[in-house]
Amino acid sequence: MKSATLLGAVNTALADALEEDDAVVVYGEDIGVNGGVFQATAGLQSRFGKRRCFDSPIAESGLVGTAVGMAMAGLKPVVEIQFSGFVWPAFNQIVCHAARTRNRSRAALTLPLVVRMPYGGNLKALEHHVESMEATFGHVPGLKVVIPSTPHDARGLLLAAIRDPDPVIYMEPKRSYHSPQQTIPDTPYVLPIGRARVEQEGDAVTLIAYGAMMREARTATAWFRRQGVAVELIDLRTIYPYDCDAVLDSVRKTGRLVVVHEGPRSFGVAAELIALVTEELFMHLDAPPRRVTGSDAVIPLPAAEQFYFLTAEHIVDAVRETVEF
Amino acid sequence: MSEMVQMLAPDGTYTPDPAWCSHAMTDAQLRTAYRHMVQARAADEWAFSLNRQGRLGTYPPATGQEANSVGAVMALREDDWIVPTYRELGGLLTRGVPLKQFFLYWLGNEHGSAFERELYHVTPIVLPIGSQLPHAVGLAFAERYQGSDRIAIGFVGDGGTSEGDFHEALNFAGLWQAGTIFFVQNNQYAISVHRDVQTASGTLAQKAVAYGFEGVQVDGNDVTAVYAVTAAAAAKARAGGGPTLIEGVTYRMGPHTTSDDPKRYRTDDEVAEWKGRDPIVRLQKLLRARGLMNDDEVAAVIAEAREQARREFDAVEPFEKPSLEDTFRYVYADLPPLMQRQLAERRRRLERTGT
Repeated sequence: MKSATLLGAVNTALADALEEDDAVVVYGEDIGVNGGVFQATAGLQSRFGKRRCFDSPIAESGLVGTAVGMAMAGLKPVVEIQFSGFVWPAFNQIVCHAARTRNRSRAALTLPLVVRMPYGGNLKALEHHVESMEATFGHVPGLKVVIPSTPHDARGLLLAAIRDPDPVIYMEPKRSYHSPQQTIPDTPYVLPIGRARVEQEGDAVTLIAYGAMMREARTATAWFRRQGVAVELIDLRTIYPYDCDAVLDSVRKTGRLVVVHEGPRSFGVAAELIALVTEELFMHLDAPPRRVTGSDAVIPLPAAEQFYFLTAEHIVDAVRETVEF
Repeated sequence: MSEMVQMLAPDGTYTPDPAWCSHAMTDAQLRTAYRHMVQARAADEWAFSLNRQGRLGTYPPATGQEANSVGAVMALREDDWIVPTYRELGGLLTRGVPLKQFFLYWLGNEHGSAFERELYHVTPIVLPIGSQLPHAVGLAFAERYQGSDRIAIGFVGDGGTSEGDFHEALNFAGLWQAGTIFFVQNNQYAISVHRDVQTASGTLAQKAVAYGFEGVQVDGNDVTAVYAVTAAAAAKARAGGGPTLIEGVTYRMGPHTTSDDPKRYRTDDEVAEWKGRDPIVRLQKLLRARGLMNDDEVAAVIAEAREQARREFDAVEPFEKPSLEDTFRYVYADLPPLMQRQLAERRRRLERTGT
């Protein structure tokens, strides 16, 4: 066992994949000699060589488009989009080709490729460096969308994503890149995509979060524990295909639901989970489900970012209202 | 930029170009090319007619572009990758894709675009413009990475050269020295927009210069020139010499699709002028002049192609309708529980109400 950050776990998972399978190639902007702007690929080029890990032109559509072609011919490309806010030039490749080729070809071709991207804000960062658009990708049939919140999950889920026969959008919560640290196994392991993780069991209310918001949700959960309120905290981990059984099982037990995310509220992940629960468990509900999310505003520049981003206090208030309803 | 490569003139005179004669077609290849081009023409005309009869949906005719499609694919090895647009009927037939599979696609069934990988090395028919070109770069990269000398050809139209992915694909290919041939079917029109409204570039081939590799403009209605230029590009790519951009200058004799009326944007005179440069008529003249086919043989090839088009369509028209499960089965390798629920819901309703 060794102590790792989420960023280090990503680096380790990439090394695991490069080590275990020659079909894996890792490429993107600044990821070679520079090791990535966040250092997610640090040391990989020197360890595995320029054949396996290399810099590409700054061209997001070309990055994903060439990865689609590579995957058609049997490789397992892992490309890095430097910031998720810059993924949009590649959106056509992701939506029209990566997500559809398996269905379009009736599985004559499958695309085992991974598009990694750091996402999320509340970091005093520039425009286009703070977005959370997981719901946009979750709305595209043919994609899997994974977001880890811990170093342990980050390594196991990334290796699972690289081994997966289908395209995976792997979004890394950059605000959690360096903290918290966690001990992880020395040897490679995978965790199942499509499975949520119950991080804290409880029977008073179900609290679902993922990515960087897990940190705030943990703080809120601990606060309630000190008050004698047992919050059941679930880390969703996979945005699509999300773990509907875990969500339903928990709310069947608690009768109350709060969903947290940083991205815009309308048509978001919380809306989807609450719709599922309302359809399936209407008679089990003891309180109206609540959303604690970003608003539909464009995320402001740092001078006003406190009006957009969320803290544990936002979650505590919503959970309290739900429990006391 | 040198002049457009042409060896077989519209009047049927054949003048080998010394620069390209090492890739001259043999007599047997000329006969094969003719057969494929006639097959493609007959199938295309029958598809158009079927649409008018209400038996086939929207269809994009390829009549006039057979020399580009057939000549380019004949110049490749049988296991080289073909990344087609939606208008490469001749190339698909040349590769051996059954005509009935092609018809199945245009009848609205995805199984028509399910080209078995090891059998054909053809990627699916795609409708977005230009975005298939980066795939041809990735394919060529992956083949070389895996120790294969297989190369890839990516087709695109003149309109497609305006898309950003055209630029990105050529830029990546030049950097990686990818074994990719970019083949521009310059048929003069992107639906109604003429090539001159598409770019201020003098030729489309010259765009290659900026990416660090060679561009060649070829008479796309001369199958011998298309073959020679593509064969040279293939040999270079296979030897690790990198990509080539080929602009095959041709003409879309029909509308963009069966839903389009080209009389709105081009004159009868223009169409008649290009009809005089027909790639099939031209090749037929050469075959007769060389004594490779007489009138009876020409007539037989045409009759057989028309018969084949009817036979293959008749065989596939009453295809088994896809099941509800078929709609869900291919989206992911394993059907996620969320989709299992949706499928079950739809299945229950279907059994109860029939809708």
